Amino acid sequence: MTDRTTVFASVKTLIEPFNAKGAELTEETTFVGDLEWDSLTVMDFVASIEDEFDIVITMNQQAEIETVGQLVDAVEELKQ
Amino acid sequence: MTILDTKDAAEMEAETPQARDLFAKFGPLMAERDRLLDSGVRDPFAIVMDEVKSPTEAVIDGKDTILLGTYNYMGMTFDPDVIQAGKDALEKFGAGTTGSRVLNGTYVGHMACEEALKEFYGMDHAMVFSTGYQANLGIVSTLAGKGDYVILDADSHASIYDGCFLGNAEIVRFRHNNVENLEKRLQRLPPEAGKLVVLEGVYSMLGDIAPLDVMVPLAKQYGAMVLVDEAHSMGFFGEQGRGVAEAQGVIDDVDFIIGTFSKSVGTVGGFCVSNHAKTEFLRLVCRPYTFTASLPPSVVATASTSIRKLMHAGNKRAHLWENSKRLHRGLRDLGFKLATDEPESAILAVLLPDQDTAVRMWQSLLEHGLYVNMARPPATPAGVYLLRCSLCAEHTTEQVEQILGMFAAAGRATGAID
Repeated sequence: MTDRTTVFASVKTLIEPFNAKGAELTEETTFVGDLEWDSLTVMDFVASIEDEFDIVITMNQQAEIETVGQLVDAVEELKQ
Repeated sequence: MTILDTKDAAEMEAETPQARDLFAKFGPLMAERDRLLDSGVRDPFAIVMDEVKSPTEAVIDGKDTILLGTYNYMGMTFDPDVIQAGKDALEKFGAGTTGSRVLNGTYVGHMACEEALKEFYGMDHAMVFSTGYQANLGIVSTLAGKGDYVILDADSHASIYDGCFLGNAEIVRFRHNNVENLEKRLQRLPPEAGKLVVLEGVYSMLGDIAPLDVMVPLAKQYGAMVLVDEAHSMGFFGEQGRGVAEAQGVIDDVDFIIGTFSKSVGTVGGFCVSNHAKTEFLRLVCRPYTFTASLPPSVVATASTSIRKLMHAGNKRAHLWENSKRLHRGLRDLGFKLATDEPESAILAVLLPDQDTAVRMWQSLLEHGLYVNMARPPATPAGVYLLRCSLCAEHTTEQVEQILGMFAAAGRATGAID
């Protein structure tokens, strides 16, 4: 598995507890539209991502991230 | 018709897409509100006080009502000295300043008010803003600039979040009151970056207090400046009434304290106090301070008088704690679920399972002659519907017993308790 695939798999695992609708998770899945997350769910989820990868995703960066794929890209970049 | 005949206008309409309704984004919230009001309940966000008799009593819809949902913690609104000071200033200096603090809007009264604050907090500098909201908006947005970091508690007040959005800094949130979560984030940030950690003494929704005694030294350890908002603790916590930072023994390590006149002080306005040598310069670069009219002379006069009286309010503080403990114990004994196991402040939050129960309970209390605040997400943490009770030092022990009687009756009538 490439590094990106590994990150994608971990992100998917971390989304599951918050995936109340059981939506299918692809690169294009959106957090607000497809998963219907509100700002409080986003806060909880971001905290778990940050702890998993030992990174900080600022609220400024979060505002730019709409899809699962974009999140995976951001995590990859922040891990460097 | 001048240029277009009717046919052309119709064609144009068909070709040009209609601009989106700017109110459309509120659609779901409007629908939820309509559903609630259609069920026959009163609008919890449209209460009118016809008459205010004292810090603890008002007339609402012709009915005498006990107030348990104000921020009048120390009951200063009707203090005779405070009122007299306001009247004198109103007559001597007029109804308003019609100008900014940095132009024509600074009168001797504004300076006297800043002196009172410096003495109250034992600090070197004080800046008076027109509201507490503007104090947070201004200080947070001005201090932390591009490339700096603001690290804030997830349950921070809207004015702190808005201060973040107004500025250009990077914004990092940590889980509410979670020391480990804060430390992890501080560790991960670049050591050389400027950092401002923003905390509150009392969090206003659940009435819980922050572990400032751990968090303030931790922030310092990572080279951050620390701002503590003591809006809901001024006058009530600590030997001198300076707030939770004083009560927990870390006030000397706090760089900026933000506060308001609209709670314990009993009027309106906001402030920042600090020992930092460069604080005064902020007056020239802090937009929410500069680009707004200063407080009316009567308001700063009432504030100064009230602040000076709060320096010697030990008995009132003690009675307010008694009230908080009595109400907390009483509500628990009745079977209500409270947000904190022990009373931590003058705010007690009664947790209810859903919006429907919360509104019915709120309305029933009002019909019994008691006003409390109803709060719902996103003002509250995830999924929490609550009735927020805030006590006043002027509530008598008898009133607290009356309040408990009303909670018992309303709770049984609505099925919130057995």
